[in-house]
Amino acid sequence: MTSEPVVSVRDLRVYYGTLRGTVRAVDGVSLEIGEGEVLGLVGESGCGKSTLGRGILGLLPEGAVTDGEVLFGGRNLVGMSDRELRKFRGPDLGLIFQEPMTRLNPLMRIDQHFAETLKQHEPGLNDAEVRRRSLETLGRMGIPPTRFKQYPHEFSGGMRQRIMIALALVLRPKLLIADEPTTSLDVIVEAQILSILADLRRDFGTALLLITHNLGIVAEACDRVAVMYAGQIVEEGDARDVFSEPAHPYTRELLRSTISLDTTELHSIPGAPPNLITPPPGCRFHPRCPDAMSVCATTFPPQEDLGGRRRVFCWLHTSDERVGPVDREPLEREELAVAEEA
Amino acid sequence: MATVDEARPPDARADDVLVAVRNLKTYYGLRGSFRQRIFGRESGSVRAVDDVTLDIRRGEVLGLVGESGSGKTTLGRTLLGLVPATEGSVRFEGEEITGMSERELRRLRRRMQIVFQDPHASLNPAMTIEQSVGHPLEIHGVAKGAQRRQRVAEALETVGLSPAEQFIDKYPSDLSGGQKQRAVIARAIILNPVLLVADEPVSMLDMSVRAKILQLMLHLKHEFGFTYLYITHDLATAKFFCDRIAILYLGRIVEIGPSEAIYEDPKHPYTKALLKAIPEPDPRRSVPRDLPRGEIPDAARPPLGCSFHPRCPAAFEVCGWESRDLRDLLEARWARMAEAEYEAEQAVLGDMSRLDESSTSFRLDAGSGRSAEEVAALLARVRSDDPAEPFWRGLRSIREIERHVEVELNEPYAPRLLPVGSVQVECNLYDEDALQQVETLAVSGS
Repeated sequence: MTSEPVVSVRDLRVYYGTLRGTVRAVDGVSLEIGEGEVLGLVGESGCGKSTLGRGILGLLPEGAVTDGEVLFGGRNLVGMSDRELRKFRGPDLGLIFQEPMTRLNPLMRIDQHFAETLKQHEPGLNDAEVRRRSLETLGRMGIPPTRFKQYPHEFSGGMRQRIMIALALVLRPKLLIADEPTTSLDVIVEAQILSILADLRRDFGTALLLITHNLGIVAEACDRVAVMYAGQIVEEGDARDVFSEPAHPYTRELLRSTISLDTTELHSIPGAPPNLITPPPGCRFHPRCPDAMSVCATTFPPQEDLGGRRRVFCWLHTSDERVGPVDREPLEREELAVAEEA
Repeated sequence: MATVDEARPPDARADDVLVAVRNLKTYYGLRGSFRQRIFGRESGSVRAVDDVTLDIRRGEVLGLVGESGSGKTTLGRTLLGLVPATEGSVRFEGEEITGMSERELRRLRRRMQIVFQDPHASLNPAMTIEQSVGHPLEIHGVAKGAQRRQRVAEALETVGLSPAEQFIDKYPSDLSGGQKQRAVIARAIILNPVLLVADEPVSMLDMSVRAKILQLMLHLKHEFGFTYLYITHDLATAKFFCDRIAILYLGRIVEIGPSEAIYEDPKHPYTKALLKAIPEPDPRRSVPRDLPRGEIPDAARPPLGCSFHPRCPAAFEVCGWESRDLRDLLEARWARMAEAEYEAEQAVLGDMSRLDESSTSFRLDAGSGRSAEEVAALLARVRSDDPAEPFWRGLRSIREIERHVEVELNEPYAPRLLPVGSVQVECNLYDEDALQQVETLAVSGS
């Protein structure tokens, strides 16, 4: 990256208080997204991906405690009051949700959705400008101007998701967070939406955080990828490098368990992600890791820089000066019953 | 209607067919306005399943693949008698099930079971796993009390919920998604059925859990010799799982054949598109750009000719071009234009709502103060901007008449399901008669 990152997250922690204890949903995450860059965030359900996305925008439910820094335009969003944050949301920070139907007001026409959004954030705009900006953004999403005055129910699922994206983009946010934006769509429509998202960086220069559990999507639509496990980033780098040569065993196992047209053998990761109240000590993946060593069960691995903005948290990549032969003994693993499975 | 034997697909043998489906149609009536109802007028119907013929052979896994709205779920449910068939025949082990009473069906349901998509919604949250999984035993009067508990425990062990004591007294909310789906499968197999209809059994699950459930289903098939109808929108899991695949589009089979043939050499443009759209975790690939436009159309108002023609990159002269296609074409063009350009073009045209009544011969009015020449010139411009657009192949003539133009398109040729190599395809590209018709058009047009 040549210029300043659009957003830089440093040691972000999001904890929830529950009756059973404190859930450490995001536990010390650092990452950066540059202008026009698409960062894919992957991991199994329950690894904290959505919480991280919402934590960056400050959109967390009551009872969540956030610590660390989210630097955006030189300001730290963590700890900012709701009032101040609201000024950032929309013109600076946008969010695209998974279920397009539930996010559009069924009683409002599409033009009214746009007018409300634009006038809320840019009160100086007159009606003609509102119309021009809206039609232009909708057009880029392939929604014809003849349908501007229709209601949400008159559109198909794919079109509604495009409208949602247009509604987020009409304010030209610098950072857009898309949380599983295609999960409820059919494959062809999914591919259509992904190609639209991939064009964003070219057309708008938007920085995009794309949250998904489907690694195929990341490979096709993202520049970089961050792999999240149990509230932490375990590997990050250029999407091509990470997928052709995964450094972390979790990344490798996730890739192997993805069913694609090239799959010749079914593969799955034994066990399930841990609960985040009492995560395992050391590396959180060690109970499921086929390569676990004795050191993994006791000590969290340090960040290893693999060059080219690639980093991994895994003892396999740590030099022998830091881990002795005893530490490298293979860890004896307990048999996992299916009862532990997700 | 053809008799069962005449209509049998050529590659099937009589003895190994478990379910024989012949010319099956399932229509849903549409509720019209209050006025239409009191005058007893039909307001149309949705052809969810529209003339499907196929066999499910004993011991095979047949994949039923299509997008949402393709009718795959309705077809699966009609086979089980959960939705009444409108027309046609479904024979299960030789017995006709269309028109059967609920009582008769119940007897058969011991032999055929279904696994639904959403494991969170298919278990009653107020019932323990023992009650849910053991429910079929009770309904069919097979076992109760201690015997039921024993059977449930065995079924749980079979599906990998082991040790069973750890699960049997739990409630669904105590289980993860994958565990719930295992419990649902346990309930489906507890009566030892022969046919399992699995409707998107893994699409609600995390990637890393999908493989585990598919593995379980394969294991059960080998162990108990089940026959599966695997309903899915995901060609990647179907490739792995199915012996044969039927591709469904808007209620009709557009391609059916052995899995290898479908994946190695897809024939129908829709099958090709579905395969291309699957996201691959291959770093050398990027987002495919040449995708079919639009989405699956409304089954209440299906396109003329081939249902796929509005989205089909290979559609030609006789595939069913109609007035609605022209409207879609203009709208897609306007979506790409700046506001002023679009408004200038729209003003040339009058009311376009006439285009919504699908027709091969229709008029396009000029806007107020505009002439027929201007309308014709606009159409010519649209055409010259994108001459490769398949719609224009369907055009016969544009005539200027006073203040409107009359557009005439080729009459549609309805595609037929024909054998091509080892598969059957319903596509005009493979139909000599359809291609012949195009040649005739070319001769008469010149």
